[in-house]
This record gives sequence, C-alpha cells and structure tokens, in this order.
Amino acid sequence: MLRLINLELQKLLLSKVNKVLIFISFILPFTVLILSSIKINFFGFFTLELGELGIFNFPIIWHITTFFASYFKFFFAIVVVSMIGNEYSNKTIKQNLIDGLSKKEFILSKFYTIIFFSLVSTLLIGVASFLIGLYYSSYTEVSIIFREVEYLLAYFVKLVGFFSLCLFFAMLLKRSAFALAFLFILYIFEWLIFWGSYEAFGTADMAWKVKNFLPLESMYKLIDQPFQRIIITKYPDKMDLAYDYAVHWYEIAIVLGWTALFIFLSYRLLKNRDL
Amino acid sequence: MDTILTINNLTKKFGYLTAVKDLSFTINKGNVYGILGPNGSGKSTTLGIVLNVVNKTSGDFSWFDGNTTTHDALKKVGAIIERPNFYPYMSAYQNLKLVCKIKGVDYSKIDEKLELVNLLDRKDSKFQTYSLGMKQRLAIASALLNDPEILILDEPTNGLDPQGIHQIRTLIKQIASNGTTILLASHLLDEVEKVCSHVVVLRKGEKLYSGRVDEMISSHGFFELKAEKQSELIQALEADANFGIVKTEGELITAFLNEPMDASAFNKLMFEKGITLSHLVKRKESLEEQFLKLTDNN
Repeated sequence: MLRLINLELQKLLLSKVNKVLIFISFILPFTVLILSSIKINFFGFFTLELGELGIFNFPIIWHITTFFASYFKFFFAIVVVSMIGNEYSNKTIKQNLIDGLSKKEFILSKFYTIIFFSLVSTLLIGVASFLIGLYYSSYTEVSIIFREVEYLLAYFVKLVGFFSLCLFFAMLLKRSAFALAFLFILYIFEWLIFWGSYEAFGTADMAWKVKNFLPLESMYKLIDQPFQRIIITKYPDKMDLAYDYAVHWYEIAIVLGWTALFIFLSYRLLKNRDL
Repeated sequence: MDTILTINNLTKKFGYLTAVKDLSFTINKGNVYGILGPNGSGKSTTLGIVLNVVNKTSGDFSWFDGNTTTHDALKKVGAIIERPNFYPYMSAYQNLKLVCKIKGVDYSKIDEKLELVNLLDRKDSKFQTYSLGMKQRLAIASALLNDPEILILDEPTNGLDPQGIHQIRTLIKQIASNGTTILLASHLLDEVEKVCSHVVVLRKGEKLYSGRVDEMISSHGFFELKAEKQSELIQALEADANFGIVKTEGELITAFLNEPMDASAFNKLMFEKGITLSHLVKRKESLEEQFLKLTDNN
C-alpha cells in the first residue's frame, strides 16, 4: 500500500501544475480560515471580527469550517481528473502495466492517494478549527468541544466520495476536460431526476428523498448548509427556521456505497479495456 | 531448454476483425526471436496480449513455468511497445526511478543502464527535451533495469534516422551477445535477418512459419556463373541432376541447386569437363525473397 502511494506521489509532486493545484486545495482554505478569524480594522470606521458573531464557538465551528472548506475540493478534483487523463494521453498507463503493475494496483494507487489527500485535508481543517475554536469559543469544556466532531468524519467521507466520482469519470472518458464537463452534466441530470420524481410523486418532499440518494446530492447533504443554524443560534426565538442539520449514519452509508461502486466500476472499465 | 513464454491457440477479435487467429508458439531461453509480418498482421496485438494490456478473446498463454501471475512475470520481463511512453515533465532519472518502484529494482541500476545506452550525461534533462532516438534508447534502458529474462521490442527502429537505427541495432546485438533472450517484432526483414536466430511469420493474424531463420531459407542456394564457352556450360548444367532450373540473362547464368554442393567442388567438376569459369558466386535466397513467397502464396 505504501509502495502504491509512493508511486503516485512521485507522479503528482514532480509536476508543477499539480503541485500548485494541490497547494491551493489544501493551503487556501486553511489561509481563508485563519484570515477570517483575525480582527480586520477598516480604516478606523469599523472593525470586522467574524469571531464576534459566534461562528467560531464550539461546537458550531466544526459545522461551519467543514462546510466552507469543502468548496475547495474542486481544485483537487482537477488534480484527480488530470492524473488519469495524463496517464492516457502520455500512454504511461500502458507502460505502467507492461512494467508489471497490475490493473488492480493501478486503480488502488489512485484510490489510496485520494484517501491520503482527503485525510491530510481533514487533519488540517480539524487542527485549524480546533485552535481557532480554543481561541474564540465561549465554551471550552471538553464535552462541548468534541460534541460535533463527526462533521470531520463527514468531511472526509465527502472528499473521498467526490474524488472517487471524479476518478470514475476520468477512467470512463480518458480526457480531463470531458470528465469535468460530465460532473456538470451529472449535476443537471440530478435536478432532472428531482423534477421527474416531483412529477411522479407529486410532492417536493418525496422528490428530495429521491434526490438525496443521487451521488452529488448525497455528498452535499452530508454537511448541510449552516446559515439557518447561525441565525437560530443568534436569535433563538426564530424556531420556525429549525431544520435537521446533523450528520446521519445513513447519509454516510449512501456516500460510502457510491464510493465503493465508483472504484469498482473504474476497475471493471480498466480490466475490460484494450489499451 | 527453459521455456520463457508459451502461447496456445491465442485468438483476439476486435468486433468483426480477427487480429490474431489461433496462434501458438513457444519462446525458449537464450534465442533471439523475430516476429515478422506486414503492418496489421497482429504482431503488436499478440505482444499486447502477453503483456497484459490487451484482453484475449480465447486461447491462453503462460509465462515461465506457468505458475506466476502475468503481472508478477512482467517484473522479470523488459518490454517496449511502439513508442517510448514516459512522463514528459520528469527527467530521465526520475522516470527510471518510477519504473524501479514498479518493478521493485534497486535505484543503483539506473546509472548503470543509462551508461549502457549512452544517456548518462543527459540524465537530469526532462524527457520532453529528448530526441526520438534518445527516447527510444531511454526506453531500452528502462526495459533493461531489472536485467530481464527476456527483452521484448516492438518496432524498435521505427521512425529513427539511419544513425539512430544503427545505434539501436548495435545495442540489440550487444544485449543478445550477453545471453538475454530477445523477442523482436518488426516488418523490416534485414533487421530480423541480421539479429534473429528464430522467426515467427504472421499474416492477417495467422502463423505462416515458425522455426529457425536458416531453415526458413530452405533451398540449397544457387550459383551465378559466367564462362567463355557459355553454350557448353548450359548443356553441362542441364545434363547434371544436381541442378534444377537454369536461367540465362545475357552473359550471366543462374543455376538453382537440387542437392547441396559447394562452390569449389562445382568448379573442379567444370574444370574436368574443360569449362573454365570466369565468374562463380554461390548465393542463398534472402529472407526477403522467402518472406514475400510465404506471404504471397496464401
């Protein structure tokens, strides 16, 4: 397993483009997080300090940081897609197999790398949130600090799931640009299914339930938007805005299911393909 | 003799097209094999199948004693298919390091093999800055990293300039002289004739011939003759049962042998008959003529 990760890391880190993208996808959310946590003085007129809003309080900070950081996954998605696209365009996938890598090992080396980077990203966000929280949070009892730490797990699963989807599209289409375009097509397709099931069942509620099973929506749904929750914490009387923002085990199970399917299909594709 | 590769009734279909049809042959240790065939005769497909990049339709093949999985066996094989495929943004050294990681070979081999193909002074240049000849030599270095039991080369001189072709051929001969088994696919006949001891001839995916190169050229050869007394010479040749067809082109007489006979014995025979030869050459048909005969007949 280490050999396979090592192999893939060499391929990735010696390329400048990939290095920049990886840097952006990991360091940028980190920087944004730190910047937003410091007090910004607008020329003496007023000071903006997001910490004052209470969004850096435990446990809500886990929810907020993971939600916003997950948008930066698109940068690494480009890396995932191009690491397959380049293997095809350089024909190095063929040479790798001839040199004695099995098809299974080839897919696994990509998958392990995805897991590796998702883990690094999760750890970075985790540590950053923890430190900022310690600094700003009004509550610092251990039980409160670690109360909603499952958002980190959700974040990790979300990244792995999304990158596996990218991996599958890239294996399917062999071209980076097509694979990225397909992500967008899938997004539209999921809304079409939503519309279709709305027509079929007649209620938006049912249609949402169907859409929650689809790949992109199920990944998005892992970490619900935190805006309503911020408002509720600020104004506890607005209880009509209450919604279910927790991370549920079945949400994680759906995404893990898709992940397994995408990796398996990628392997099947490669196995049956003549290179 | 140790068997390196056995192929049994291998067939590959691409839709309607049958690229390889019921092909069987065996590769033994220590020989230099050539796979000959016109473009599109299934050479690359056959190599692709045994190298794990093309799926077979039916039949089977086994590496070595048949107990190793294909991808493990490939770690003991060195192969280049068509064009050299490397990561353009990595240097020669880094590319070979990656191959070492895949094959599980020690990094110390890299410099040794780069030295062999004369690329050591360019080892830190990026692959994309290499000329085609250099790329092909790097590919050979990469294939040799694991000191393979067998080296498989598919059209290794394709697209190279005469100098490059010469360098690659010298390299192949050098490798063969070290006792490495080589399997060389090519449509260039003189290439195969110059370096191979055994040959497999393919046409449209079917095997036409497999065996030793010198046995493929099965005739006993022919004499090219000139003499003052031309008509007497022709009479003497036609009367002799050792000769088959006798052709005359101007002054030059070509006489094909039915039985083996060396030039000096023939010269002596003619001298005894009072015919003095002014020109005597014994030749064998070239592989090219044999190959064209084989591939045209069917």
